[in-house]
Amino acid sequence: MEGAMRSDAKVRGESGTESSPRGPGCSLRHFACEQNLLSRPDGSASFLQGDTSVLAGVYGPAEVKVSKEIFNKATLEVILRPKIGLPGVAEKSRERLIRNTCEAVVLGTLHPRTSITVVLQVISDAGSLLACCLNAACMALVDAGVPMRALFCGVTCALDSDGTLMLDPTAKQEKEARAVLTFALDSVERKLLMSTTKGLYSDAELQQCLAAAQAASQHVFRFYRESLQRRYSKS
Amino acid sequence: MAAGFKTVEPLEYYRRFLKENCRPDGRELGEFRTTTVNIGSISTADGSALVKLGNTTVICGIKAEFAAPPTDAPDKGYVVPNVDLPPLCSSRFRSGPPGEEAQVASQFIADVIENSQIIQKEDLCISPGKLAWVLYCDLICLDYDGNILDACTFALLAALKNVQLPEVTISEETALAEVNLKKKSFLNIRTHPVATSFAVFDDTLLIVDPTGEEEHLATGTLTVVMDEEGKLCCLHKPGGSGLTGAKLQDCMSRAVTRHKEVKKLMDEVVKSMKPK
Repeated sequence: MEGAMRSDAKVRGESGTESSPRGPGCSLRHFACEQNLLSRPDGSASFLQGDTSVLAGVYGPAEVKVSKEIFNKATLEVILRPKIGLPGVAEKSRERLIRNTCEAVVLGTLHPRTSITVVLQVISDAGSLLACCLNAACMALVDAGVPMRALFCGVTCALDSDGTLMLDPTAKQEKEARAVLTFALDSVERKLLMSTTKGLYSDAELQQCLAAAQAASQHVFRFYRESLQRRYSKS
Repeated sequence: MAAGFKTVEPLEYYRRFLKENCRPDGRELGEFRTTTVNIGSISTADGSALVKLGNTTVICGIKAEFAAPPTDAPDKGYVVPNVDLPPLCSSRFRSGPPGEEAQVASQFIADVIENSQIIQKEDLCISPGKLAWVLYCDLICLDYDGNILDACTFALLAALKNVQLPEVTISEETALAEVNLKKKSFLNIRTHPVATSFAVFDDTLLIVDPTGEEEHLATGTLTVVMDEEGKLCCLHKPGGSGLTGAKLQDCMSRAVTRHKEVKKLMDEVVKSMKPK
């Protein structure tokens, strides 16, 4: 039954050329998503943002090792594999960020003593990698049918030396920026679920970036909704 | 009777205190535990500091060694932090390779060093392309009672202020390094990043400096690292319940006051230090 439903919801996303109230040059790159492309995991998704691409697979709710089981909720595990090399300390740190974000939205109490595993494989990295991982994880969790209280999305902002804000920076823009901030926002109230930052910035700039990210997340959530609508309307 | 209630319903027990705007150990919601710092206690290390935040104890030892600078940055040295959470500090850690918590903490400290530019890596270079200092910063937790990130950041800062590097010259004839142990100088610490951690309860309440039990019951954590000009080096929020922009503002203002407290403590300690 899984095999027959291989029809990919290959949807080309809105290319997000609307600029946010900040000014010119703040637009999201072209993004695309494909769901249910792997046969073994319960849910899978591939998320593309410009040239950055991440493939996510979700197994769960499934059997859990007795040492890891939690009596009243599901145990969430995230595995992030880099494109080249063995996973290191930086991957562990990102896994923790993604895992805690998923734990905040997944209704683990509906599946106690089970495990939900999210496996992320980086296919290509051209900037905004963590945000792409978060988006892929969210789409994969939806594809697997894991109950969630909200959807979440990742948005990256970069601040360059004269304070200009750039959303969804490319690898080159990230390198030249003074600060790079990645946020995970939830779909219900646009609250800040996760944040990780690099570089120095002021408090006012943080609020500015957060507001811009909240505006940009609207596009991403609208894209999620459209791609899911298209997928389920076919069947 | 209260102990029984605490074991059976720890969250309810805690909520009773939060309703009165205080915590089981008598602190206010925005109050830090007593912070003590002791520097220069390890004589075999080039710099050391012991920080106690209530019961949480972290010791930082810094050793300086020689290394060849990286080929893509021949005028830079290295700063290598490592956070170790041994089984000694808490029953939840086992011996063996570093667990996830230790790795996340090490990555956090590496990010703070990188982002805040606490030391210019160029200052650690002795001879471009040939010789540079590498500072191995080992942070070991001796007692884990929550808020490990704040304690580690403070210990690192105090230890770096304590480091004295001997003068090194490259002799012309032999092209070998000559170390003059009699002439030592302190490192040039450019900024003073201070971390302030918060725990989020029930999606709304923010408490400062959580203990081990509070961290376990919390629905989310947030760590803000600020330097003296009010610039943020790191906003580390690894998931957990959502926060609005307004709540973040409150955290920032608390972080600013905490920075002042810590800076005052640091200055007192540095003044009382006798030069070697």
